[in-house]
Amino acid sequence: MTFRQKNLLGIEPLHPEEIRTILDLSDRYVDLNRGASKHSDVLSGLTQINMFFENSTRTQASFELAGKRLGADVMNMAMQASSIKKGETLIDTALTLNAMHPDLLVVRHPQSGAVNLLAEKVNCAVLNAGDGRHEHPTQALLDALTIRRTKGRLHRLTVAICGDIAHSRVARSNILLLGKMENRVRVIGPPTLMPAGIADFGVEVFDDMAEGLREADVVMMLRLQRERMDGGFIPSPREYYHRFGLDAQKLAHARDDAIVMHPGPMNRGVEIDGTIADDINRSVIQEQVEMGVAVRMAAMDLLARNLRAVPEGVMV
Amino acid sequence: MSLFCRNARLVDPEAGTETIGNLLIENGLIAAKGDIATPAGAQVVECDGKCLAPGIVDIGVKICEPGERHKESFRSAGLAAAAGGVTTMVTRPDTLPAIDTPEVLEFVTRRAREASPVRIKPMAALTKGREGQEMVEIGFLLDAGAVAFTDGDSVTRDTRVLSRAMTYARGLGALIIAHPQDPGLSRGAAVTSGKFASLRGLPAVSPMAERMALDRDIALVEMTGVRYHADQITTARALPALERAKRNGHDVTAGVSIHHLTLNDLDVGDYRTFFNVKPPLRSEGDRQAVVEAVASGLIDVICSMHTPQDEESKRLPFEEAASGAVGLETLLPAAMRLYHAGAIGLPALWRALSLNPARRLGLESGRLAQGAPADLVLFDPDAPFILDRSMLLSKSRNTPFDGARMQGRVLATFVGGEQVYRRR
Repeated sequence: MTFRQKNLLGIEPLHPEEIRTILDLSDRYVDLNRGASKHSDVLSGLTQINMFFENSTRTQASFELAGKRLGADVMNMAMQASSIKKGETLIDTALTLNAMHPDLLVVRHPQSGAVNLLAEKVNCAVLNAGDGRHEHPTQALLDALTIRRTKGRLHRLTVAICGDIAHSRVARSNILLLGKMENRVRVIGPPTLMPAGIADFGVEVFDDMAEGLREADVVMMLRLQRERMDGGFIPSPREYYHRFGLDAQKLAHARDDAIVMHPGPMNRGVEIDGTIADDINRSVIQEQVEMGVAVRMAAMDLLARNLRAVPEGVMV
Repeated sequence: MSLFCRNARLVDPEAGTETIGNLLIENGLIAAKGDIATPAGAQVVECDGKCLAPGIVDIGVKICEPGERHKESFRSAGLAAAAGGVTTMVTRPDTLPAIDTPEVLEFVTRRAREASPVRIKPMAALTKGREGQEMVEIGFLLDAGAVAFTDGDSVTRDTRVLSRAMTYARGLGALIIAHPQDPGLSRGAAVTSGKFASLRGLPAVSPMAERMALDRDIALVEMTGVRYHADQITTARALPALERAKRNGHDVTAGVSIHHLTLNDLDVGDYRTFFNVKPPLRSEGDRQAVVEAVASGLIDVICSMHTPQDEESKRLPFEEAASGAVGLETLLPAAMRLYHAGAIGLPALWRALSLNPARRLGLESGRLAQGAPADLVLFDPDAPFILDRSMLLSKSRNTPFDGARMQGRVLATFVGGEQVYRRR
């Protein structure tokens, strides 16, 4: 078992062995979460603060539940409503919180790099719950866990990531993680939604769904933000749905046993057809939510061990 | 009062030579140089074979007076300049308020005279409030001492406004300095597009935005015949356009900041905001291309683009952080990186740091010739040191070179024959 990080700021600094460690521990927490008593005390006595500078329901709930199931004292702070309005800087907010001695700080922020900046100023372990267009590591880890459990492995798979790659932190973290685990990654979307230099990430780039989905084992759809829908990046939601929305016809190009994923919340009829999303034989969207709690429990557990300097090899 | 600099390595950008010799200063001017004997009664400066070159003429220094004196004043900038071997600061008009009337310009000239140990030549805004709508009183401002007209990094979008201002300026022989950066493409951008920008998830601009704006400006120069200088050319793709404009006989010159010559986009690393500059740092390929262009003389001028920012405006997430870096004190040692890397010789380097900018602005300095003002820098090209930003004399210390290993130190600076800095 190896996990040497002080923080979980992104997938980029993680070693494949560390990713495996998180996923292995997550498997145990999936079992715990499915049991009758969903409680453990590994974070007992520790304080977890969730700081969300950007609206979030699912991710925040997932982190909160993960902390509570592990026995931590969890506090939620809705940052967009509070001190920023009064002109306090991010660093001052961080220092204020730091003075309250939290052990785990979960942060989401609308700007890339903001969580890294904050992590430099505090003593506790920081988990990135999404920063701008940069990274969303726990999402990539929960996606990886979902894939590993349904496909039986996390290597030599063909994974197609479809949609707004340019503005997506989920896409970046997934591209990095799937690449590190030696999978074949494809990105599909209109060129306006592809980041510059994407080909240098070691992925194959497509702007046609039929070609990109051919023989794919995993189809990962991304959410198209409303503010990108009107003429700036794509002509209209209906043209987007026609060309890039996942429906049965397009999915038929993928392998017969291909799974369909979506980080949520979905725009039914924009990037994904409702019946595909609800098809229990193809869609693993609900499993992703379940894995999310387990992965966050595992990540916080591992970071807390490093915080307490628990020797390696000791399991719960 | 005469000063005799003995046993110096004389760097003469005009002649393109480096020679060991002496230099005599009388009445603030260079009286003689070469193999001359020590005159009776002259004060002797022992140079110990170190380099003596014309002082740097730095086009585009931001002094935050009026408006933001806590970031940089004429006094602090002047001391920093003296310590950096900069003998003439050509100041930017992007202050609060902008320097767009003869009255504000006179305030600048007066403050400069009172507070700065080095020379200050002010630039004025091209349009009122730098808003790109109405041209300033170019004639009055010239009379008040403006050496060039620029809206800084606020690009004039309206080509009709710009073409009229250029036409009017041509009539007066005024120099216009522009920041070639397409305003549409570069809106909101914090870094140059590419793999690194995408990996960091930062809003990015294509390097093409520079060439587009330069192409547009050159077309307007062709139309109006104005004297034109591009403040910073930082990309390989813009170079052929510049070369063509010069070949076609247009009165076009270009500069580049020392940061774009010595750093690249990867230096941003883990969101380090001291590397947030305008235009954003470029790829290594672009950096090498512009270094070559300076060596060949295609790019005429190297500047520091000295832009003081306080700690508060830099301690923010990268894209929110203010752009700009201080450079007066690091310009010379950073430029020596190019020399030590073998990319450019000292006379050619001083052509870009001193001779060309002075000539472009019609100044007498920048030369080691008899009769030229004795604006000089004595420096040791080899002295190694590690830059500690807390030692900078600027009020703001937002340097990307903090902790960097550098080679090349200013030993003394003279302005009009007066010693304004001496390294202890």
